[in-house]
Amino acid sequence: MMGKINGAQSLVNALEAAGVDVMFGIPGGAILPAYDPIFDSKIRHILVRHEQGAGHAATGYAQATGRVGVCIATSGPGATNLVTPLADAQMDSVPMVAITGQVPSAAIGTDAFQEADIRGVTMPITKHNYLITNPDDIPRAIAEAFYIASTGRPGPVLVDIAKDALQKETTFNYPKTVSLAGYNPVLEPKSEAVRDAAALIAQSKKPLLYVGGGVIKANASRELMQLAEITGAPVVTTLMARGAFPDSHNQHLGMPGMHGTVAAVTALQKADLLITLGARFDDRVTGKLSTFAPNAKIIHADIDPAEIGKNRHADVALIGDLKNILKVLNPATKAALAKSAPDLTPWLNEVYGWRKKFPLGYDKPADGSVSPQYVIERIGKISGPDTIFAAGVGQHQMWASQFIGYEKPRTWLNSGGLGTMGYAVPAAMGAKVGAPDTTVWAIDGDGCFQMTNQELVTCALNNIPIKVAVINNESLGMVRQWQTLFYNQRYSNTDLHSKRVPDFKLLAEAMGCVGMRCEKPEDVDKTIEAAMAINDRPVVVDFNVYRDAMVWPMVAAGTSNDDITVARSMAPVWDSQEL
Amino acid sequence: MAIHTLAVLVENSPGVLARVASLFSRRGYNIDSLVVGPTENPTVSRMTIVLNLEGHALDQVSAQLFKLVNVIGISEMKDSDSLKREILLVKVANTPANKEIAKKHQAVIADESASTVSIEAVGSSAAIEALLNDLKPSGIRELVQSGLVALERGDHTLADRTLSTMGTANESDPNSSTADYQN
Repeated sequence: MMGKINGAQSLVNALEAAGVDVMFGIPGGAILPAYDPIFDSKIRHILVRHEQGAGHAATGYAQATGRVGVCIATSGPGATNLVTPLADAQMDSVPMVAITGQVPSAAIGTDAFQEADIRGVTMPITKHNYLITNPDDIPRAIAEAFYIASTGRPGPVLVDIAKDALQKETTFNYPKTVSLAGYNPVLEPKSEAVRDAAALIAQSKKPLLYVGGGVIKANASRELMQLAEITGAPVVTTLMARGAFPDSHNQHLGMPGMHGTVAAVTALQKADLLITLGARFDDRVTGKLSTFAPNAKIIHADIDPAEIGKNRHADVALIGDLKNILKVLNPATKAALAKSAPDLTPWLNEVYGWRKKFPLGYDKPADGSVSPQYVIERIGKISGPDTIFAAGVGQHQMWASQFIGYEKPRTWLNSGGLGTMGYAVPAAMGAKVGAPDTTVWAIDGDGCFQMTNQELVTCALNNIPIKVAVINNESLGMVRQWQTLFYNQRYSNTDLHSKRVPDFKLLAEAMGCVGMRCEKPEDVDKTIEAAMAINDRPVVVDFNVYRDAMVWPMVAAGTSNDDITVARSMAPVWDSQEL
Repeated sequence: MAIHTLAVLVENSPGVLARVASLFSRRGYNIDSLVVGPTENPTVSRMTIVLNLEGHALDQVSAQLFKLVNVIGISEMKDSDSLKREILLVKVANTPANKEIAKKHQAVIADESASTVSIEAVGSSAAIEALLNDLKPSGIRELVQSGLVALERGDHTLADRTLSTMGTANESDPNSSTADYQN
């Protein structure tokens, strides 16, 4: 017979039963009852400095490990500080469970102290959420939350628990199975659709594998490699899919999209078939949708039926878990190609010609200052392909996507959908907690870094030795780039003066980290090596870089992928027979 | 016009109406009417939603709606194979002509005072509109209409189509289920 315990103990028991090993959070009034049993739990609780840090840390942990990330906060401002990470996790399909305290049930709706209707606030930015006022409901809600977060298309689930539900007596009864009337993700594709997809592939003379983050979520990289080898088709990996397919592979054209490679963007435009795997035809990939991939038939494989036909009509829809889909699509494709396989040589010559002719690159700054792309490229080279990289949002993010070679899934973490500046430091912290033996670099901008760097205190005090490269161009660089290109170089409010204030080296040291600064190209390697040698504390390197460097290639927002530019006002120069 | 009627079975849980309304609002789907009420199953409520989907595909709307965890089943109620009814209560001047119009439309005089009558009518949207058109020339004091409710004709029920496929049990340990995905 189960003894009586309070709701708080039931919550902690439920989190343990759900397999939680770590959570990130900050206590406060409404959640305080839960923190008493947390004190005795085997779950590691990491006390962060801002709830946003807890949320992004949970995301970084989840992205690096594939497990559910957990964060916990109190009611009102604690809960609202989780709003950005929840929206971020929803956009990027990250499995996360957020626990929040709520004011006592009798006070709900009275505008009580630290009351916010966080269930109402987060309805549009979570996969699902709960408000629990009865302690007996806690174990089931937690079991359902983990089940919903981790299955189907992953996403964040919030469980808001009234303070009195944490205090009242209950018995702990964790459900062995979860059954939800309205939630039954389709995992296996229809066999007719698989047959149709294989037939389309076998007819295609210009196929392209358009790979999205769903491949990483489904742990389907190996199956993707098989399909690539079976078809011989070139591959593009979106910003969320970097690492799903090795950058070093001969069939890889790189990233498509606004700052994609010429070869990847152009291949999408010229393909006669897109084999779309866990990607969602995001506007940053398609450019002007009406001109996107005009000649292509679409095979769209996704676990979320609502993605099919949302932005682009699918000729064949494969709904299910990508690993399951590829396990049946691969042999079906192999069989179909054995009967008739079009000669892909002209197409491959064409796309690999574009790749050769228009490689990613950058110019050395004429003034002798440090090139930001060079710094990022060297960090990638020196740290190697096992390193996990977490980026903020902006120019440094695009360069980190372009110039670090990714060979393995779950080594590239970034905020793709929401574009959350400040993601890098807390996400790197979460990733390092999940993968303590792996080197974790945050590639951050000086703007982003100033949004969430307080979590370096958390890292310093909790033995989470991440490395942070602040790519310091003294400005909100991507916004400045747009001002350069589209606003007549009128740099309204993008100058951060951050080579003077704050002093990032001193700031890092004040937070218990090692602070370094690098201002000359010839010092880049030895600075990175010095940072790599420190493993007992977090390291922050302030790389002072050339401020006018820009991200190229570029498809300007709202324009066609056909209008890609490789440098300012410079379209790729094609041979006449190429277009 | 792109008017569609959806019958939606939802779990009878707090906040479910807000979830549906929030989804329609944030994705820009126009609701002409939305009715929610109890069903033969106390754990399930039923919504009848009339949508004006200019520029949106019905299957996309249904797919988005179905992503809500509390939504159990969705079916389009087509004119050809469903019963559709609205309720109208309308207050007009108490005149023989107005009473005659009510009678002609098989509507009921639900309340009567010296100066007004309140007419109650149940019928298809077209029948309600026809009644209102006849009443309009002499003036309408006040009217209230329910949204549309719809029921499939014949033996089928929405519940036995959707509830039979629901609720397959799964291991609730998230790390064992994610482990299945791992290489």
